[in-house]
Amino acid sequence: MSTSLLNPELSRRGFLSSAGATAGGLMVGFHVPLAQAASATPEINAWVVIKPDDTVVIRIARSEMGQGTLTGLAQLVAEELECSWARVTTEYPTPGQNLARKRVWGNFATGGSRGIRESHDYVRKGGAIARVMLVQAAANAWGVPAAECSAAAGVITHTPTGRKTIYGRVAAAAGQLTPPDPASVPLKDPSTWKIAGQRMARLDTFKKTTGAQDYGIDLRLPGMLNAAIRDCPVFGGKVKSFNAAAIMRRAGVKKVVQVGPSAVAVVADTWWRAKTALDALTIEWDYGPNAAVSQADIAAMVKGGLDLSVPATSVGNSNGDAPAAISAAPRRIEAIYSYPHQNHATMEPMNATARWTPEHCEVWVPTQNGEAALAAAAEASGLPPAQCEVYKLYIGGGFGRRGRSDFVTQAVQLAKAMPGTPIKLIWSREEDMQHCFYHPITSAKLTAGLDAQGNISGLHMRISGQSILATVAPQSMRDGKDMVVYQGLAPSGPEASIGYSFPNLLIDHAMRNPHVPAGFWRGVNLNQNTIYLECFLDEIAHATGQDPLALRRKLMDKHPKHLAVLNAVAERVGWDKPAPAGVFRGLAQTMGFGSYVAACAEVSVSAEGKLKVHRIVAATDPGHAVNPQQIEAQVEGSFVYGLSAALYGEITVKDGAVEQKNFDSYPVMRLAEMPPVETIVLPSGGFWGGVGEPTIAVAAPAVLNAIFAATGKRIRELPIKSQDLRRA
Amino acid sequence: MAKLNVNGKDREFDAAPDTPLLWVLREQLNLTGTKYGCGIAQCGACTVHVDGNAVRSCVMPLRAVKATQTVVTIEGLSRNGTHPVQRAWQALDVPQCGFCQSGMIMAVSALLKTHPQPSDADIDAAVTNICRCGTYNRVRAAIHTAARGGGTRKAELAIQHPEGSAT
Repeated sequence: MSTSLLNPELSRRGFLSSAGATAGGLMVGFHVPLAQAASATPEINAWVVIKPDDTVVIRIARSEMGQGTLTGLAQLVAEELECSWARVTTEYPTPGQNLARKRVWGNFATGGSRGIRESHDYVRKGGAIARVMLVQAAANAWGVPAAECSAAAGVITHTPTGRKTIYGRVAAAAGQLTPPDPASVPLKDPSTWKIAGQRMARLDTFKKTTGAQDYGIDLRLPGMLNAAIRDCPVFGGKVKSFNAAAIMRRAGVKKVVQVGPSAVAVVADTWWRAKTALDALTIEWDYGPNAAVSQADIAAMVKGGLDLSVPATSVGNSNGDAPAAISAAPRRIEAIYSYPHQNHATMEPMNATARWTPEHCEVWVPTQNGEAALAAAAEASGLPPAQCEVYKLYIGGGFGRRGRSDFVTQAVQLAKAMPGTPIKLIWSREEDMQHCFYHPITSAKLTAGLDAQGNISGLHMRISGQSILATVAPQSMRDGKDMVVYQGLAPSGPEASIGYSFPNLLIDHAMRNPHVPAGFWRGVNLNQNTIYLECFLDEIAHATGQDPLALRRKLMDKHPKHLAVLNAVAERVGWDKPAPAGVFRGLAQTMGFGSYVAACAEVSVSAEGKLKVHRIVAATDPGHAVNPQQIEAQVEGSFVYGLSAALYGEITVKDGAVEQKNFDSYPVMRLAEMPPVETIVLPSGGFWGGVGEPTIAVAAPAVLNAIFAATGKRIRELPIKSQDLRRA
Repeated sequence: MAKLNVNGKDREFDAAPDTPLLWVLREQLNLTGTKYGCGIAQCGACTVHVDGNAVRSCVMPLRAVKATQTVVTIEGLSRNGTHPVQRAWQALDVPQCGFCQSGMIMAVSALLKTHPQPSDADIDAAVTNICRCGTYNRVRAAIHTAARGGGTRKAELAIQHPEGSAT
């Protein structure tokens, strides 16, 4: 096998199927996209393959990372296909196939809660067109007009005669037909859905309960070697030298490789031997220009942007003249909030496997962005994209981190150093903690002018801090501005608009970019922006003796969808009645990723300052709800992610390097701290919003506002673990 | 050659005595259902049973496990995923990404042996595994479901399964 692996003439399909055969049980169930399906059964169209045994294979272009998009997208296709849900399986097309077929599957990128909301239309069309072709094939076989036939649950019926056939019998003929004009195929009204919109069980649960689900880290290929890597701990530093000879005699060690300018990897027969050899390797670093940067330096840099005499980089939302209204107001309130860097800390550390020959480069990787991984493989391999391929594997947590391809680049560079040998690169948890694209650090100064009745006459929100785009997509910034920083604060629009109207408003941003790389982190800038605005409104309510719900309602009469989810939460929690003795409530609402969300937290704080979250009530309006039980799972998970950050999450820098190394220094929420979550799904129709991220943003401010109600202490600096919660 | 009894079989393999049990299972014995998450016994993704007790295999060196002891991994917990804990997990769609769930299920199945009807406090104390997707509430519901012998009605999730049942 290893000799044929080294044979560059071996076809990709041959490689994959033979790899599957020799690895035996380990490869059973291992996903080999298209290679098997394409050889076994012709497709109806790009989205649907129906096998002779009536199994329905639905192709899913977006990545599954736990969020349930695989099941949700399959429900949408199956709904229009009119197949039997019990016969549905799924597979990933490959990024290389997408390229070769002129992006027939559209965008593979899976982030921004876009999996369903930005592909529902074309995947449903794919299912509907396949149904029309199947019905036409049956009608042709019977010699009857297709209009006299109908399909339901994978069975086609000729209504006048009652003749029936099943999809599996006509699939081969259907695949030969010319597809109808998509415009001629209407989609169902969601009110008639039978599979979509239902509380279907996930398609991918069983193997996740038996250990049989392979993730990227579990991949095994014949002849494969394993690599451990260490990148310079200071961002911007480089490798100066390393003494490879000192570890070459260790058991299993095959090669020590410098990877790019800043990293060193050890390749060995097993990862444990590679990792321990790397631990024993002395590496001299050139720490570079950031070697002396401290957390205090970064804090001072961000604080500098809060000086309102310093011009802003951009304005995100403005009406009236907020500075004038504030300076003319009889009363002013000001507060400064700050939010630290965060690591995604996916349970599965970053990894990628690559095999390089002068003719081909193949990568097996858990990625949220298969097409970007293919581009990274092409660039690192020096081969055109058509000679590269990426096989997407199951993802052990993404949260935005696996939208990046830095680990793909490293794996390909390593594979290039050992042509023909598959190399699996696995980062240690420590490497993962210290080489992230972190949730950006920002701070905000909020100033409100109040009239004699306590009404807000003007509001200025100055955000200072880091731009994600400046790190990950500087080419997409216009005039040095990053409008992503205003997530949830836009004046209007279907994505992330503010839920309040103020007579005078100014929201601006002073960009301050420390050397720590920033990236998209589940919830993105909506997370801290919602804390800033929702906590500050709570401050105003308490300072003016107003009920926090009543104050919000006054500002929300032009924002009925925002208000509807807030009202639903208030009603369920019983806001108009007192909380249980010793328990206090806090509210928050926002809009992001196309959905409207709100939450109420009920907490208590002991005399010793110990916080307990007793209950969460949360509401989401995603427009259309494709799988309500999975929306509930995403909402519950959003509280774990959002409260982990609020309670504990903090990445800090010393001597230019991240100080945290593992879950002991970067703690996260565990089961014992998890409150019950009551989720209200309120699909109001007419739009498609995401559900994986928006609720994260309301988790922290709801709890922070409840802490104030309990203690009179306003937490403005996160995480909460660094604060004394004893009653003021 | 080192020896271990894993999932009911005596296995011989080549590994240094200081190799963590986790990496022996994954790399010498090809049992990759047991996951690496932290390497310092913080996250629990590597949880297996040694003589019936839940242990974090990432910090247990091979030399600490005798060939006479029994090691059970997620692959050996049951035939075909039929352990009551696995069945409860399937009924309530507990996993999201699923990476932590092998360790969760091994921690919970050990707990139920010593505490067949665990209280919420018992669960809080025993199940300290990290899940970043945030499945904790379904984990708790599934533990109670398994302890009740599979009754899922109290979980009130109304999940529709392909064969027609609803949990």
